[in-house]
Amino acid sequence: MYNKKYVIVGIIVFVALFTTPFWLGGMGGGEYTRPAIELPKGEKECVEPVEYMRAEHMQLLNEWRDEALRNESRVYVSSTGKKWEISLQNTCMKCHNNPKEFCDKCHISNSVYPYCWTCHIQPKESK
Amino acid sequence: MNNSRRNFLKVAGISAFAFSSGLAALAPEKVGAAAIGKYEKGSKALDAKRWAMVIDTRRFASPADYKPLIEACHSAHNVPFIPAADGSGREHVQGIKWLWLDKYEQTFTDDMNAQLPAKVRNGSYPLLCNHCTNPPCVRVCPTQATYKMQDGIVAMDYHRCIGCRFCMAGCPYGARSFNFMDPRKHLADPVPNPAYPTRMIGVVEKCTFCAERLAVGKLPACVEASDGAVLFGDLEDPNSTVRKALAENYSIRRKPSLGTQPGVYYLI
Repeated sequence: MYNKKYVIVGIIVFVALFTTPFWLGGMGGGEYTRPAIELPKGEKECVEPVEYMRAEHMQLLNEWRDEALRNESRVYVSSTGKKWEISLQNTCMKCHNNPKEFCDKCHISNSVYPYCWTCHIQPKESK
Repeated sequence: MNNSRRNFLKVAGISAFAFSSGLAALAPEKVGAAAIGKYEKGSKALDAKRWAMVIDTRRFASPADYKPLIEACHSAHNVPFIPAADGSGREHVQGIKWLWLDKYEQTFTDDMNAQLPAKVRNGSYPLLCNHCTNPPCVRVCPTQATYKMQDGIVAMDYHRCIGCRFCMAGCPYGARSFNFMDPRKHLADPVPNPAYPTRMIGVVEKCTFCAERLAVGKLPACVEASDGAVLFGDLEDPNSTVRKALAENYSIRRKPSLGTQPGVYYLI
């Protein structure tokens, strides 16, 4: 092999740089703390258990959209048997009426920027 | 030299495969699980095999008589009025139309009769999405943002609209409007109906036969505002109001020769 030492050193440097996110994250320093969010007042239960909502709310919202708009099934029967009208604007935001203190906190700290409010109307309280 | 490079690439390839497949095996199994609940229709939802509309134009004497219908529609769906740039008070050429008026020759372009009653020839006619049985807009939409539902309504999912405007080219009735500008700039704040979303710049919109009102047991906004002059019902049900009106009156539809089978009938 020609230029053996340059090539091998080059490969090592490349691999080291390429994997920085893994070993920087693994070496502590990458500890993620959940931002403090403001929960809706006077409401104890969301449409599904909190762990499910935290992990899967985006999938649930996508399903809600497709079921309501395409199959015209505009009622969601949750795993606890409670019925909810499928509507981000009128159901979700009725309790979560302060997206700045609820949605945005986690979205921003995770660099997620959904553009819900270009069409859906934000609750009045948050403006 | 050639031999060693060949061996180097082989080893590199195999190790890359081993490394990545090992990583894939470590990844969590469950990604994007489906909802754990069920979906159903509202208890008050109106249902039909084929929704259709019959507009009795004989009951509207002047264009002003259509105004309450247009206002009811546009305020229920937060449709903006975008004034023309010349300050004439007319609608901008890039304005948004869900329900609007036009002249006879623009409405019934297939009609070749030179002689017609003056009232018919000079009248104004309400235009809206025809919710065709064979909708050309649905055929040309590359993202399935517009689609025909089981009850015959041609609906829109603005989340999926990429603003290519193929549907506008496909629609022979001019029933689709593109948001050339942010519609919220031309709407009051708060919007006329805070329970209904607006649209955003870059998507196409049109009449939805008020699918969101049918879902809660209400008739479309224009039908409600028309005081019985606009009928709405199931075309497949022989006892429905629309079938009775069509059985008793001579009706016409827009551009029937195209074969799109519009769901909006006009009594002239």
